Amino acid sequence: MTVAQAKAKNLPAGANLPFIYREYSAERLKLALHKMYLIRQFEEGAEESYMRGLIHGTMHLSIGQEASAMGICMPLTNDDQITSTHRGHGHCIAKGAEVSKMFAEFFGKTTGYCRGRGGSMHIADVTTGNLGANGIVGGGIPIAVGAALTAKRLKSDRVVISFFGDGANNEGAFHEALNMASLWKLPVIFVCENNGYGMSTSMARSTAVANVADRAAAYSMPGVIVDGNVLSEVAEASHEAVRRARLGEGPTLIESKTYRYRGHSKSDRNRYRTKEEIEDWMTNRDPIVRYENELMEFGIIDQAGIEAIREAVRKEIADGIEFAKASPSPEIRNLERYVYTETV
Amino acid sequence: MDQAVRELSYAQAIQEAMAIALESDERVFLMGEDIGVYGGAFQVTGDLVERFGADRVIDTPISELGGAGVAVGAAVTGLRPIFEFQFSDFATLAMEQIVNQAAKMRYMLGGAVSVPVVMRFPAGSGTGAAAQHSQSLEAWLGHVPGLKVIQPATPYDVKGMLLAAVADPDPVMIFEHKLLYKTKGPVPEGYYTVPIGKAEIRREGRDLTIVATSIMVHKALEAAKTLEAEGIDVEVVDLRTIRPMDKETVIESVKKTSRLLCVYEGVKTLGVGAEVSAMIAESEAFDFLDAPIVRLGGAETPIPYNPELEKATVPQVPDILAAVRSLATGSR
Ligand SMILES: Cc1ncc(C[n+]2csc(CCOP(=O)(O)OP(=O)(O)O)c2C)c(N)n1
Ligand SMILES: [Mg+2]
Repeated sequence: MTVAQAKAKNLPAGANLPFIYREYSAERLKLALHKMYLIRQFEEGAEESYMRGLIHGTMHLSIGQEASAMGICMPLTNDDQITSTHRGHGHCIAKGAEVSKMFAEFFGKTTGYCRGRGGSMHIADVTTGNLGANGIVGGGIPIAVGAALTAKRLKSDRVVISFFGDGANNEGAFHEALNMASLWKLPVIFVCENNGYGMSTSMARSTAVANVADRAAAYSMPGVIVDGNVLSEVAEASHEAVRRARLGEGPTLIESKTYRYRGHSKSDRNRYRTKEEIEDWMTNRDPIVRYENELMEFGIIDQAGIEAIREAVRKEIADGIEFAKASPSPEIRNLERYVYTETV
Repeated sequence: MDQAVRELSYAQAIQEAMAIALESDERVFLMGEDIGVYGGAFQVTGDLVERFGADRVIDTPISELGGAGVAVGAAVTGLRPIFEFQFSDFATLAMEQIVNQAAKMRYMLGGAVSVPVVMRFPAGSGTGAAAQHSQSLEAWLGHVPGLKVIQPATPYDVKGMLLAAVADPDPVMIFEHKLLYKTKGPVPEGYYTVPIGKAEIRREGRDLTIVATSIMVHKALEAAKTLEAEGIDVEVVDLRTIRPMDKETVIESVKKTSRLLCVYEGVKTLGVGAEVSAMIAESEAFDFLDAPIVRLGGAETPIPYNPELEKATVPQVPDILAAVRSLATGSR
């Protein structure tokens, strides 16, 4: 229901607005748009740098999934923690990382978040609570449960989010971790970003239940399905799960249904899905376009405001790439640094 | 401060170390399968749950992979977990978390975190438990940069090394030979540490060096006694840590004796003995060798059930005696 419709029905102003418009200030809402753009343009910038040979290795882009990362992180503070995945650039930015240090990491520089040792697949920013992306499908899920065990034992108010994909829900680690988290009522939230495929293998071909969230019942926790391309829906589910977790009521499994526009990684020939399917998602369900339209409809921003955000992000990205290029590479003599903790 | 010294079993020494760690550091907690009221499959945790409560002596579900991951996550975020595997063989279910996560997290994140987790592995054959409950997989983990891997051989060492492991900022894997649990030895009361990465000369000798690990240290010492009567003076080096290895102590010993025998329970090839031998071959001690290096390790077979076959699978005292006798007289 729009503001105009609400008024027509004589409801109190904003009564039936989607969750985030009731919960957050206009500034926070604009910042969310800013960050969604930052995620998309960061990944476009990384992709371009890769094409130009400035970044080596591979990368997994989350273009099309921005609302999912952003919505989940909206109720979080820097003290809250996340574990992330190979498709983790969005999580990292949504949690608060600086794109300049992310670019520096992708360029393999000492100024990068992992001092050039991690790259895209292990991007992390511990200072904003990101314990790291993971090259192992499902690898971060038990680690998040361990972080939540710490939070509970130290009686902190912290919650921990574990992001993972639909493919990861068939790993043993997922099941072992959910069981323990529920058993011990830990403040952890499992967020499955279901983009329909684990590499080439669709949910239908890999998973015996229709929805990943259906598996929550097996572990006595709420299983919530949201449209991962609608920021407010994701944020609302996250908000409720965070509330539960902070109250000591235990974990929640959120399934955020979304879609990745790009191939799985740089090696994908896109043989397992149709152009029509991709185009449908891109033209009819894009999370940024949908969010922008809402913001404009509710009078929170206008076209000029959106253009200003885009421009600011463009500059941030360009500056970030320049910072990365200008940064020093690690010295070979420091190859074995950080294998063990240096004791001085 | 004088610390009273008593005779404790190896298992009691571990339990005492864990109790001291639990008492002195709020961050320390134990996790594992049936380590609470049951007391652990080998009664190592015993009644610690009664003293420290179920919040700090946590029974996990039978979930080695998940449990190890929880321990890693807790360690990264500020706690000091001691994770007990019921049998070292079950490390195979948790290799992902041990090898890909615990060992690499600090490196992958460019030093932004440490992973102070301790994992305990009851290991080895001799209990009739056959192929899936008797292995010695320490070399598997010894192959992984980022881990520290120790094999204490005495009650004194296991207490001190476990306390050193808890204080260590990095992941430490402790392989405890199951046949050692009941062996006794002097153990001081209270807190002390034995350094990780430092070998110990258990017996000084002139004629030949045996580098042994874990239970093989005791077999080597027993053999050395017999050999003394035959006029062969054996030096026994207890390696204690396989990663990082104390090269210096081994090299110095071999330079002195000019003969090297490696004795270890893990499968002979591609194991601890291969590393020690190669390390000597690459070092200045190589020129001191009077005879080819000899390795005595586990047979190239799974551990069999039949007790005679089981014994034949791993080096025994007569094997060591025979190897030393031939090596002591052999030449290049
Ligand atoms: C344990 C493990 N198995 C396989 C892979 C190879 N792999 C990397 S990503 C991926 C697909 C994961 O799918 P999903 O969990 O749905 O995440 P998405 O890529 O869709 O974001 C696979 C098979 C891996 N990295 N780790
Ligand atoms: Mg997927």
